[in-house]
Amino acid sequence: MKSQHHLNFRVRLFQCQIVCEIGNYGRKEIYSYNEAGGMRTRHIISIKDFDRDGIDRLLDQAEEIDREHGRSDALNGKILATLFFEPSTRTRMSFESAIARLGGSTLSVGSVDACSMAKGETLADTIRVVSGYADAIVIRHPKEGAARLAAEFSTVPVINAGDGAGQHPSQTLLDLYTIRQSMPIEGIDIALVGDLRYGRTAHSLASALSLYRARLHTVSPNGLELPETLAAELRESGMEIIPHDTIDDLISDVDVLYVTRVQRERFPDTASYFNVTSSYRITPEILTNAKKHLIVLHPLPRVDEIDPRVDDLPHARYFEQSRNGVPVRMAMLMEVMR
Amino acid sequence: MKNQETGDNEGLLVRRIKNGTVIDHIDGGEALNVVKILGITGTTQEALSIATNVQSRNMERKDIVKLTNRELSKEEVNRIALISPRATINIIRNFKVVEKKGVEIPHLIEGIVRCPNPGCISNTNEPIRSRFEVVPKGLHCCYCDWMITKDLTSNII
Repeated sequence: MKSQHHLNFRVRLFQCQIVCEIGNYGRKEIYSYNEAGGMRTRHIISIKDFDRDGIDRLLDQAEEIDREHGRSDALNGKILATLFFEPSTRTRMSFESAIARLGGSTLSVGSVDACSMAKGETLADTIRVVSGYADAIVIRHPKEGAARLAAEFSTVPVINAGDGAGQHPSQTLLDLYTIRQSMPIEGIDIALVGDLRYGRTAHSLASALSLYRARLHTVSPNGLELPETLAAELRESGMEIIPHDTIDDLISDVDVLYVTRVQRERFPDTASYFNVTSSYRITPEILTNAKKHLIVLHPLPRVDEIDPRVDDLPHARYFEQSRNGVPVRMAMLMEVMR
Repeated sequence: MKNQETGDNEGLLVRRIKNGTVIDHIDGGEALNVVKILGITGTTQEALSIATNVQSRNMERKDIVKLTNRELSKEEVNRIALISPRATINIIRNFKVVEKKGVEIPHLIEGIVRCPNPGCISNTNEPIRSRFEVVPKGLHCCYCDWMITKDLTSNII
């Protein structure tokens, strides 16, 4: 009798349907695939491509890398192309650090203005060309679905480093990794604070946490609430979502406070922006009612959302979270490039 | 001549065709959308007859589309299911029905529906066709995860 984990995972790329059965390993396969010339290429496009076993396995791998002080020659001689069509500091640098620590090197186009897309080249063509130069591609692009498109045209693995308001799976994995360093993820109460409408990190994290039976508390300015389609999807998966008006209302109930930046351009003027952000600001005073083990996370960069005085409290884990981007991304690169 | 559809003696609204396809039992008022989803425009070659809001024994009102000298493929037939799942397809050769079949909702539709998300990569100049997975709630964009849950016809390309 087949085990309950012996599942089929269907993806459609290049207009073909591939059914992956990984029964021998007793787990659902976690990646998107495409096939070209008889070769199978793995990609990491969305956190939704993962099941819980897949996430846990990758986090275990990151933990092992961390224990070994983050150095290895597992990808010696391999080349990673970084295509960032939007600004990035942490994601880009931590991917570059990750490949360097694994013995590989990075190929980059520099700024968007310096590449052929500025001359009108399609992303599809860019990807076809870059596939010939590198062993894997990390892409950030302003359009949703861009990484999925890149995976269709690439002959090497593609990792999504953020596509518009869409997915950002590596951020979600490092968020989960940071939570797991402090507490078991299963059944946690987590508060998402800030821009929950456009914040892709919050969306991806909420989707992933639905696999861990987490309870979701939300606090956001009017008009920046969790999109209803996502909320419906999460509720359908069995997740309880509890909206709150203020951080004070939830602070004593949650294990994790996940704070996101509210962007100034979402507001008609600077005054209303500051008015809103001040009411969502995390301060030491607010945290006096928090559980002792509560951790504060933020994908960074922060602007005014977290008072710098919080940095010195044991709750603050956002710089640790940022550092965790390296072992987690090393684990991701090893999974798709080895 | 007795009308086979209504049972009365008004005569056929649209003349029989010698060869081609008759799409019958289309939900009332959806005939023009069926024509649109099949990509039939004024510039294509088919002789086309449309009857709308015809009385029917099994349906309150139905539409009929007759296409002369064109037999629809299975993929084309299944597109129709998206807007009229009760439609039936009759392939006509030499005035006789040689094949009669229902429509099946496809699992995947490509290049027929536009993603309503302006930020979706499928709405750019990239060399791809829109691609939607048909799920119980509606159509799921394979690129940006957007869901079309209503007003499908206004998004037909």
